[in-house]
Amino acid sequence: MLASDSARKFSFNRLISNGDLVIVYERHDIMKAVTVSEGSVLQNRYGVFKHSDWLGKPFGSKMFSNKGGFVYLLAPTPELWTLVLSHRTQILYIADISFVVMYLEIVPGCLVLESGTGSGSLTTSLARAVAPTGHVYTFDFHEQRAGSARDDFERTGLGNLVTVGVRDIQGEGFPDEFTGLADAVFLDLPQPWLAIPSAAKMLKQDGTLCSFSPCIEQVQRSCEVLQISFTDIRTFEVLLRTYEVREEKLEDDGSNGSLPCKRKQCSDGGNLISSPISSVMARPCGEAKGHTGYLTFSRLRCL
Amino acid sequence: MNEGNSSNGRVTWEGCSVLLDINDGDRLVFARLSPAAKLKIGNKNCSLQPLIGRAFGTVFQVDTAPGGPCLSPAQVHVTNAEEIGDGQGNDEWRDKVNVNSADEVRDGAVNVESRDNRALVDNNTAQSLTGEDIEAMRRQGARGNEIIEALIANSATFEKKTAFSQEKYRLKKQKKYAPKVLMRRPVARSICEAYFKKYPSKIGFLRVDTLSLLLSMANVSSNSDILVVDMIGGLLTGAVAERLGGTGFVCNSYFGQAPYSMDIVRIFNLSDEICKRILRSPISDLLSPKESSEKILQHDVCNVEGQSNDQISASVSMVENSHSSENGISDIGIDNTEPAIEVRKAPKAGERAQKEVIDSWKENGFSSLIVAAPELDTWTVVKDLLPLLANSAPFAIYHQYLQPLATCMHNLQLGKMAIGLQISEPWLREYQVLPSRTHPCMQMSAFGGYILSGTKICSTANSATPTD
Repeated sequence: MLASDSARKFSFNRLISNGDLVIVYERHDIMKAVTVSEGSVLQNRYGVFKHSDWLGKPFGSKMFSNKGGFVYLLAPTPELWTLVLSHRTQILYIADISFVVMYLEIVPGCLVLESGTGSGSLTTSLARAVAPTGHVYTFDFHEQRAGSARDDFERTGLGNLVTVGVRDIQGEGFPDEFTGLADAVFLDLPQPWLAIPSAAKMLKQDGTLCSFSPCIEQVQRSCEVLQISFTDIRTFEVLLRTYEVREEKLEDDGSNGSLPCKRKQCSDGGNLISSPISSVMARPCGEAKGHTGYLTFSRLRCL
Repeated sequence: MNEGNSSNGRVTWEGCSVLLDINDGDRLVFARLSPAAKLKIGNKNCSLQPLIGRAFGTVFQVDTAPGGPCLSPAQVHVTNAEEIGDGQGNDEWRDKVNVNSADEVRDGAVNVESRDNRALVDNNTAQSLTGEDIEAMRRQGARGNEIIEALIANSATFEKKTAFSQEKYRLKKQKKYAPKVLMRRPVARSICEAYFKKYPSKIGFLRVDTLSLLLSMANVSSNSDILVVDMIGGLLTGAVAERLGGTGFVCNSYFGQAPYSMDIVRIFNLSDEICKRILRSPISDLLSPKESSEKILQHDVCNVEGQSNDQISASVSMVENSHSSENGISDIGIDNTEPAIEVRKAPKAGERAQKEVIDSWKENGFSSLIVAAPELDTWTVVKDLLPLLANSAPFAIYHQYLQPLATCMHNLQLGKMAIGLQISEPWLREYQVLPSRTHPCMQMSAFGGYILSGTKICSTANSATPTD
């Protein structure tokens, strides 16, 4: 997924080859991760797609099925991966993920601790942010889930940036070997306050911590414990509102020609003077996520 | 700059850039540390020398020393206040907790409050200390905290206030008599927040969560070549370079002959290795066919030289020198008393891209595109630049208005140039979290800008035809 060597870089010259992970795009809300394997086929409502047809094609290609239906083959990114990964738990989405990475000040070379791993949605973006020289150590107490996450990171090519450990961080804290080494810690736990003292021990001076909790009661208790050794404690909620864009034909009121034509500059030569007038308009989508979780950030107090 | 002084460094050095947060965000000053640098706090001129070699995150207070006022690290029990959204809520709590213990707080000791404001009358007679009294204390070398205690002792109404308003009183006096200076790392987050708070128009009203989304949506990752159009002072370029960590390239491109200002890049503590990865190129060079590059080299050198000198003088004069500002409540800018040193030490970010690297971009395509160009027609920019992206490359276009993005999205759809197109608007709400007093902050930013994101697909010419 990441351009750890230049051959994997996004490039005009990069062609799909056997074993590549591709994101098969049907619609903006229907996508699937597929590992290309020469003898395999992909079957969906648009027909049957032979993987062998995909080999040697550039990423971003439109591919047709036996029935003439089509899909696009995209190169995987952490954002696309978040949309296609298998949900073993609730996952974090792009708005929270982006904000966490920025607010924790994670840059290449950072050492980041995370618990729990869950489905690895955030972990994938953490790995991208610390690459190429940093590392993410992520812990989950659920052995099978940790194993699945490990498999996913191998599949997405992040195996060398992420280490998955099986450990109950609420009960045992983070391993002592990371004491004073972490640049940032992320907690997504049911009782984060139990892990905060350990997180404080792991962090470098002025290091950052984020705790994600869906419920305000969790935030309340976490904040009480945070203020013992942390400062700059701030709690946020971040959401995304999406817009739909449409070209609508609007009736002219009769004063033809006197109304400004909005699409004049961008038309590709079409005749736009005729009535009714068409106009590109945007409005918020009717449905949206109303809540994901509260993000509480803080920084280890300097003594 | 030596190796240890990367953007990830946690201790300051001479020549390093810092963000000074005075009294919980009342005043935000970007400064470059040098023995000669001075900052006026209140009515005192303080040397920044004591800040050199200290950990980021340290809080300083103004002390009176034999040589005059000087900054020294504050004791921990005084260093409770950091920048908080509304500046007060959490401090109250933290002060409480410093007085009591955390357990007491949990037991609800803070929640019990029987006092209210029925006995308070605002007739301006509550304080029996006069301005002369305070001046006299100062002359005798009283420290800020001692003055605050004296003010409280001489306040007829302090005891009648609720615990919460007592803390507010204390905080107000602290800001005046014992100002605190928190030394923050200048990174994408803190720089964006500082500008958004004080000079949002300089960064096109780009809020920090929106910036974070741009970086994600454009898949900014090491070893990538990111094409940017940055007309927001270099904030975007610096944020991308920070994420690249000295690998790949960020190509800061511009229409016409004159590059856009990149002053904000200099506020980041980017290592030389990272600065070398920030290149500039006129868009005409990127669009020209691959072989005709002689004339590019020709007017290259003088143009770059002239430009970089302009940049330096521009940024020095842009400095809001806090020495001259009377109250200094909102200054933001590089505080710099020694331009000569400054020029020598300024990282050389933004060299003009040479033919070889431009050729490699033409050969491979850019990994992604980010545009923050409030003054340009969005569709024109995207139409020109999208073909420069590698196949399947993501892009993210920022604008503070919706309509240019809607038009651009519509045209991209009609032209079948991209898929996964979406316009999104982030919404960010901060909370005050206190025992029994948790609620959203009273003030919030209602708008952080719009983003159009999507993924470039192969042009129809390259695309596969139905299999036979």
